[in-house]
Amino acid sequence: MELTGAQALIKSLEMQHVEVMFGLPGGAILPVYDPILDSSIRHILVRHEQGAGHMAQGYAQVTGRPGVAMATSGPGATNVVTPLADAYMDSTPLVVVTGQVATTAIGTDAFQESDITGITMGITKHNWLITDVDDIPRVVAEAFHVATTGRPGPVLIDIPKDIAQSTMEWYWPTPGDLDLPGYHPVTEGDPTLIAEAAELLLAAERPVIYAGGGILKARAADALRELAERTGIPVVTTLMARGCFPDSHPLCLGMPGMHGNYTAVTAMQKSDLLIALGSRFDDRVTGRVNAFAPEAKVIHVDIDPAEHNKVRRADVAIAGDCRLVIEELLLALEALGLSHSEATRGGRGGYPSDAVAGAPAAPGTFAERFPREGLAPWRAQLGEWQRRFPLVYDQQPGAGPLKPQFVIEQLRDLTPEDTIVASGVGQHQMFASQWWQFDHPYTWVNSGGLGTMGFAVPSAIGAKVGRPDKMVWAVDGDGCFQMTAQELVTASSERIPVKIAILNNAYLGMVRQWQEMFYEERYSEVYLSPDLPDYVGWAEAMGCVGIRVESPDDVATAIDKANSVDDRPVVIDFRTDAFEKVFPMVAAGASNDDIMVDPSLTRGDG
Amino acid sequence: MNMYGTDQHHHTLTVVVENKSGVLARVASLFSRRGYNIFSLAVAPSDNPKFSRITIVVDVESAPLDQIIKQLDKLIPVVSITELDPARSRERELLLATVAAGPESRGQVIQLVGVFEGKIVDVGPEHLTVMLAGAPTKLDDFEDLVRGYGIVEMQRTGRVALPMLDRADHRGHPAPGTADTTEKAG
Repeated sequence: MELTGAQALIKSLEMQHVEVMFGLPGGAILPVYDPILDSSIRHILVRHEQGAGHMAQGYAQVTGRPGVAMATSGPGATNVVTPLADAYMDSTPLVVVTGQVATTAIGTDAFQESDITGITMGITKHNWLITDVDDIPRVVAEAFHVATTGRPGPVLIDIPKDIAQSTMEWYWPTPGDLDLPGYHPVTEGDPTLIAEAAELLLAAERPVIYAGGGILKARAADALRELAERTGIPVVTTLMARGCFPDSHPLCLGMPGMHGNYTAVTAMQKSDLLIALGSRFDDRVTGRVNAFAPEAKVIHVDIDPAEHNKVRRADVAIAGDCRLVIEELLLALEALGLSHSEATRGGRGGYPSDAVAGAPAAPGTFAERFPREGLAPWRAQLGEWQRRFPLVYDQQPGAGPLKPQFVIEQLRDLTPEDTIVASGVGQHQMFASQWWQFDHPYTWVNSGGLGTMGFAVPSAIGAKVGRPDKMVWAVDGDGCFQMTAQELVTASSERIPVKIAILNNAYLGMVRQWQEMFYEERYSEVYLSPDLPDYVGWAEAMGCVGIRVESPDDVATAIDKANSVDDRPVVIDFRTDAFEKVFPMVAAGASNDDIMVDPSLTRGDG
Repeated sequence: MNMYGTDQHHHTLTVVVENKSGVLARVASLFSRRGYNIFSLAVAPSDNPKFSRITIVVDVESAPLDQIIKQLDKLIPVVSITELDPARSRERELLLATVAAGPESRGQVIQLVGVFEGKIVDVGPEHLTVMLAGAPTKLDDFEDLVRGYGIVEMQRTGRVALPMLDRADHRGHPAPGTADTTEKAG
C-alpha cells in the first residue's frame, strides 16, 4: 500500500491508538492536515499552539496515555516550547509533531523556518528530524516508546513538508524494528538493595514516606497504600503527587515544601529515614539543602538513576519502577517478618528471620519494633503537630472580604469527590493544593517543576477531553487566566464543559506576597485591576457562562449553578482578598526549620 | 598546574554514540546546560559505521563524575560510556605547531623534534611546522621546550584513548577491570 508521508504519519498515530490530538495547522504542516479529515482521530483546533501543548499535558496527566499535539513550523513550533519544557520537568508523556520547511530549504532562513529540534534538545526526552519518508512509521513508534517508558517525558517529531508529500510503501514496525540501541530503561530494582532498604525500614523510629510524581507515573498508588498501611509509616505527598495517597487517610500528612503544612515539613526535617519514592528532592521541597532533614537516612527509589545523589546523597539508591520496587520491598519486609496483615499475623507460621534464630515466631513478636506499635511515639508527635499547627484562615461571614481559601473549601465540598482540579501557578495553586481534599489519583493537574502561568485553562480542557465522565474544575488566578483564556473559545466550540474558578485578587498574588514580605512592601508591577478585563463579559464573549461573586454568601449558589451547566464552559470571577498570603512558608534559601506558620498560630506564644 | 597533563580533576570518558546527525550537539548541549566543563573532546566514526566514538576529558571539579555519566547515559543516542583510568589505558594526542626557526635556531629545533620522534611537515624561510603524536604528557614536555624558540601557532587534537590490554589475554580483548563500562540503562 503506497501512502504519502502525511498519510503514513496519521496512520502511525492511529496504530498507536491515538484518539485525540490538539493542534493548529499552518503552511509547513498543511499536507499532514489533509488525511486528518479521513482519520478516526479527533482533532481539537486550538487558538494558540501553547494551548495545544498544555491540553495534551492535561490529557496525559489524567489518563496516563501520551498526549499528542501538532503545530506548524517556525512560530507554531516555538509556541509549543513552553509546554515541552513543562512536560519535561513534570515527566509527562507527550508526542509533539511539528511541520518543518522542505529539506531543500532547511538552513536557508526560509519563511517560518526554525531549528525546533535544536531549540528543544534540552527540554525533550528526545527529538527527531525526519529526513526520509520511509522512516515515518518507525520514528513514530520509537517516539511513543521513548515518551511512555522509563521516566516518561515529551518527545518531538519534526517533519519537513516535502517528506510529508513524498510517498512510501506502508509498513508497521515490530518492536524489534525500533532502532534505539542506547535506550534500555531499568524497571526492576536490585534485590540486594531492596533487602537493604527493608532493613533500614525496620530500624527506623521516625520514618516518612516522601511520595512524588513517580508514584502516579508508575501507577503505584495501590502499592504505596499497601506499603504505608502495612508498615504504619506516614506519607507526605509532593505537589506532583497530590492524590496518590488519600488526604483523608490517617497516615497522610499532606504536602511538604515551601508552602507545605507544618507537620509534613517538620516530619521530614525530624525524620530518621526518608523513603523517597518517585520524588527528586526539588528545591521547593528541601529548602536549603544542607539543612534539610539532617538526621535522616535516605532510601531513594527512582526510575531515573540520574536523580540518585543529584541533590541529596542516598544511603540506598534503587533504580526502578516505583510500583515494582514497592511490591518487591513488601516481599523483602515479609521475609524480615512483616506480617501479611493484622488479621493473618498469627497464622502464617515462622518467619524466615526467626527460623534462622531458631525460635518460632510468636504473634506480636514484631509488634514492638514493627509495624504499628513501634512507631506509636512518632505518630503521636505528628498528631501533636497537626493539632498545634493546622492550616488556618479567617473568613468573616457576610460583608467581609472573600477569602480564597474559603472559595476552595466551598468548591471542594460542593463538587463530586472525584472531581479533577487543574490549576495555574501562584497563590491560587498553593491554596488549591492545601485546601482541596485529594482522595483519588489522577485528579490533580498542575505545572509543578516549570511553574507555567496560564497552565490551568488549557490543561483543564485536555483533562476533560481525556475524562469526559468526570467533572473538571480549573482553579486559576487572574494573572494566569489572562495568559491562556482564549482556549475557552476552543472549549466552547468543541463543547467541552470545563469550569473555571478565577481567584481574582487583582494582583500577581505570589509576587505581591514576596514583595510584601521580602521587599519592604514595595509593590513593583504586580497590580492588575479587578475589572479590567471584565471577566464575566469576556467569558460570555467566548461562549461561556460568566458569573461574578463578591460576597462569601454567594459562593455556594454560584458553584451550584456552575455545576448544573453541562453544555458549555463556566467562568466564575471570585473577587478575593488581595491581602491574603499563603502560609505556612519557608523563605527561598531558608532552612525548613525556619518555617513560618500563619501569624495567628504564634500569637501569644511569646 | 600543568595545562595538558594528567590531572586528578580530569577523567577520560569514551562514549559510543549512534552515528546520526546532531548527536555531538546533544552531548555538547548537555554539558553546557548542566554546567559541566569539557576539557577536551575528540569525535570520529568507530570501526562500526553505525556508531561514533567520542572521547571526552571532563573536569570533575564542575560536577561529580557519577552525575556526568548518568546524565550522558540518559541521552537516547548514547550507547555506552566507559571511564578510562589513565593508569590503565593508552592515551594519545596529536600536536601541530608552527615554530619560529630562523638560521640560528633551526638546527636546535630540528634536533628537538628528532628527540621527541616528531616530524617536520612544512618548511618556510623563518618557520617550521612540526607534527608530534604521543602521550599527552610527552606533548606537554615538547611544548614546554619548544616554547623558548617561539610558537607562532599551535593546535592539539585533544586526546583519544583505549583501555590497556591485559598481556595474559591472548584473545586481544580488554581484560576485565581495565575499564568501568556503563552499558546504557535508563
